[in-house]
Amino acid sequence: MLDRRKLLLGSAALALSGCKVFDSATDRDSALRNLFASHEGLTRAAQRAVIGDRLAPEFSEADIRQGQRPNGSVNPDGAEYRRMAGTGFRDYRLTVTGLVDSPQSLSLADLTALPSRTQITRHDCVEGWSCIAKWQGVPLGTVLKLAQPKLTARYAVFQCFDAIERSLSGEVFYYESIDLIDAFHPQTILAYAMNGAPLPVANGAPLRLRVERQLGYKMAKYVHTIELVDSLASLGFGKGSYWADRGYEWYAGI
Amino acid sequence: MPEGPLIYRQRLTTRITHWLWAVSLFFLMLTGLQIFNAFPSLHIGKEAGFDYDNAILEIGAREVGGEVQGVTRILGAEFDTTGVLGLSDGEARAFPAALTIPSKTSLATGRIIHFFFAWVLVGTLAVWLVASALNGHLRQLIPSRADLRALPRDIADHARLRFHHTGEYSVLQKLAYASVLFVALPLMILTGLSMSPGFNAAAPWLLEVFGGRQTARTIHFLTMVALVGFFAVHMAMILLAGPLNEMRSILTGWYRTDGGKDA
Repeated sequence: MLDRRKLLLGSAALALSGCKVFDSATDRDSALRNLFASHEGLTRAAQRAVIGDRLAPEFSEADIRQGQRPNGSVNPDGAEYRRMAGTGFRDYRLTVTGLVDSPQSLSLADLTALPSRTQITRHDCVEGWSCIAKWQGVPLGTVLKLAQPKLTARYAVFQCFDAIERSLSGEVFYYESIDLIDAFHPQTILAYAMNGAPLPVANGAPLRLRVERQLGYKMAKYVHTIELVDSLASLGFGKGSYWADRGYEWYAGI
Repeated sequence: MPEGPLIYRQRLTTRITHWLWAVSLFFLMLTGLQIFNAFPSLHIGKEAGFDYDNAILEIGAREVGGEVQGVTRILGAEFDTTGVLGLSDGEARAFPAALTIPSKTSLATGRIIHFFFAWVLVGTLAVWLVASALNGHLRQLIPSRADLRALPRDIADHARLRFHHTGEYSVLQKLAYASVLFVALPLMILTGLSMSPGFNAAAPWLLEVFGGRQTARTIHFLTMVALVGFFAVHMAMILLAGPLNEMRSILTGWYRTDGGKDA
């Protein structure tokens, strides 16, 4: 009897207050948020266990029914990027640095001269939409092998030209990171072409990452530097990516 | 009101799993609407059409003669849903703040709470399946041939709001609970997994079964609507069949029967 009354009162209170009671879960590092976010480790372990090194589904030419919808930054406005875009990225260099024995500086010509992989895959945005497109690029593993990662390297960090916001301490540039399991997966490529044409600026020219078994925000656009590191703690707010620093899962397989 | 003897009707595992589902589904639904709000349309196929139209539902806001309206489009038919869908409290958002967790717009927070309770739901379902298979509860939910023969009479009894209070479920109860536990919840879990790009690599055949990721998302949403329908009927039945007795049985396990004069 008492139980029932408590229950009814409780649910009435919940209904009346809308769902504001749970709004503290939006505060970074609140206890409530950390409790809910604890699913991420379990999700990653479970997914890794069932996925192994399997490939993401690939599609046919007939499945490409529209252009690739751009999202996030679509036209970086930094001076260096604008200058390079104006000259067709002729003097663009991809820097591979960090925990490597042989740091690299690769031009677009160097990258396109390496063996490429072409894949028609579905891009899944965290918002909920999907879009199918054809991507061509050099497998990230090929580039990393050129640089010879040290045994201590655990993550590949991608530094990008696009500033998403301006904070008091200056521009906040987009960055992402993946572990070496995803970095050496055969479908993980540095794409320089899309749907049979050079990668458009809106989609990340001259070079963007494709990590086909994760959500779109992992696939950094406008990449200029790949740094191999042993920890993500010193980057940004320490969560390993621009969006992870802002509450999204670092592992975005779901 | 039934006046027969009290019987022990619901085991502890049944009661605990019931409430874990109730809590999980509450959070899953309201965080699900938060996630839906980030892309408030439903599509059929592998991808969402931007250059072509494969939407069956779209919720949005638009300006008509200097005034903003909430608009819901279902299978091509448009409805003005200002105040509820598309536009509420002067804010352009698909579902209103009162129906989302958190109340303000936060896709990231909606997602972590959603997946947390998805694990709770899956874990609870697994525990319940094993426990119910062992203790015989599973059999109580599957209609027998005799049950199905009694279906017309059970429908007629329900229509007249004449309920029987025995230790066993009526055939309509069995069908309702079995369709939630063996159809709706597994469908929610499988369509949810079909939206995961990681899980797609593990089980690409599941995408084929549902007809693509966007169709899976649409089925996920429609199954949610069906579960809300179940919830409404479930609440109505509790109120009509005697809320005190029904609540006692799902909280303490004890249930007062009709005393065997009716079956």
